[in-house]
Amino acid sequence: MSETLLDHRPTPDQAAALRPQPPLGLLAEVTHRCPMRCTYCSNPLQLDPKSMELDTDTWKRVFSEAVELGVIHLHMSGGEPTARRDIVELMRHAAEVGLYTNLITSGIGVSEEKLDALIDAGCDHIQLSMQGADEAITERVGGYKGGFERKQAFARAVVERGVPLTLNAVIHRMNIHQVPDMIEKAVAFGAKRLEIAHTQYYGWALKNRAQLMPAREDVDRTIHEVETARERLKGTLVIDAVFPDYYARYPKLCNGGWGTRTFSVTPAGKVLPCHAAETITHLDFWNVRDHSLAETWYDGPAFTAYRGTGWMKEPCLSCERKHVDLGGCRCQALALTGDAAATDPVCVKSPLHESIGEMATMEAAVAEPGTATYRGFRAG
Amino acid sequence: MAGPATIPDEAVPALPRGVKFREDKARGRHVLLGPERIFEADPVATEILKRIDGVTTFKGMLTQLTELFTADEATIRPDVEALLLDLKDKQMVTL
Repeated sequence: MSETLLDHRPTPDQAAALRPQPPLGLLAEVTHRCPMRCTYCSNPLQLDPKSMELDTDTWKRVFSEAVELGVIHLHMSGGEPTARRDIVELMRHAAEVGLYTNLITSGIGVSEEKLDALIDAGCDHIQLSMQGADEAITERVGGYKGGFERKQAFARAVVERGVPLTLNAVIHRMNIHQVPDMIEKAVAFGAKRLEIAHTQYYGWALKNRAQLMPAREDVDRTIHEVETARERLKGTLVIDAVFPDYYARYPKLCNGGWGTRTFSVTPAGKVLPCHAAETITHLDFWNVRDHSLAETWYDGPAFTAYRGTGWMKEPCLSCERKHVDLGGCRCQALALTGDAAATDPVCVKSPLHESIGEMATMEAAVAEPGTATYRGFRAG
Repeated sequence: MAGPATIPDEAVPALPRGVKFREDKARGRHVLLGPERIFEADPVATEILKRIDGVTTFKGMLTQLTELFTADEATIRPDVEALLLDLKDKQMVTL
């Protein structure tokens, strides 16, 4: 018996030569509507309005097609997925067709009745976002008054019902001092898992990078805090951590490889290799209204564009790590270098590597970084 | 938390809430699923995991498996025990 989360990735050579493996995970952003206005939100600046959202039957078809294609985990996300009136019906269908269902929620506006209905419909796991360890920081980060109290109540309601709960805390300059407190809250809430996920700079987070970028010494401190807590809480709380890559030496293997393990569907039905991929505007993203998921996954031009290693140029092309990180993140390459086929500039082999680290250090050193822009339908 | 080195005969293995054992038709295998986790079961592990129903005791599972594999219990027991204890440490099985 082996852990296949990483094992089943084809090598890039296989990916180039053979038909790719089917996907394991689907991130379904069923709506961009959300009561919170988080400054770090990974949704695009141009949010899909309600009028563009896929209808109930189309989402159901997408979930059925996903199972046929080989998807195992469904991440029902948004926006706030429970903002859709048909969320219980969608959850029920997803569970009935055999997907392992994960609800990714802010916990805001989800009544106990709604929670009961979602669990009854077959929700397997709930992931609750956490903006801070107290009311003041939660409100400052998420632009929503009284959020912390509501999240606390929601977490307790989930745990009382016996459904496994993960807390997802996105970490940045505004809350990095609260990492130990968030760990304590996760234990107090009865969560089984905690994700300490340093902000990745896409969407609203990229727009607000100057207000969000933490100092390197603060990042180092949280690494130590997480390691210590992990040891102390073994058997009580699993802590998964993602660290910010602007200070890294090598880029991340983005999303397990482009078109390799997972994909996203936007509220309006666009099928994306990752949730930030729309920033690469020259790609042609197929829509579930026009093509089946299988056609899109195997042959869609946005998926074949950067799958494997065929798109690479130097320094990636001759790099000994090209099978390890596949050149890093295409969206970040585009955002920071203007070329989506460049090596991820976080990489030590990129000519921009040093300037990226310096830029982050400088941004983090500004004493008064100004006010971040809250996420919204008009502010993009 | 280190699990016990052995499993008592009367223990009743069960899958905790949020853990599911499924056929993965697209890849021709069985998988044990948890939040953000996929464990691939080889053919032997599949036969073991199929018998976790929250009712059958560890001893009962061993009896069924000795018949299935036509092997004696002393041969099978350490492997089944090792698998279940490993999954218990990963919080994917309760004993």
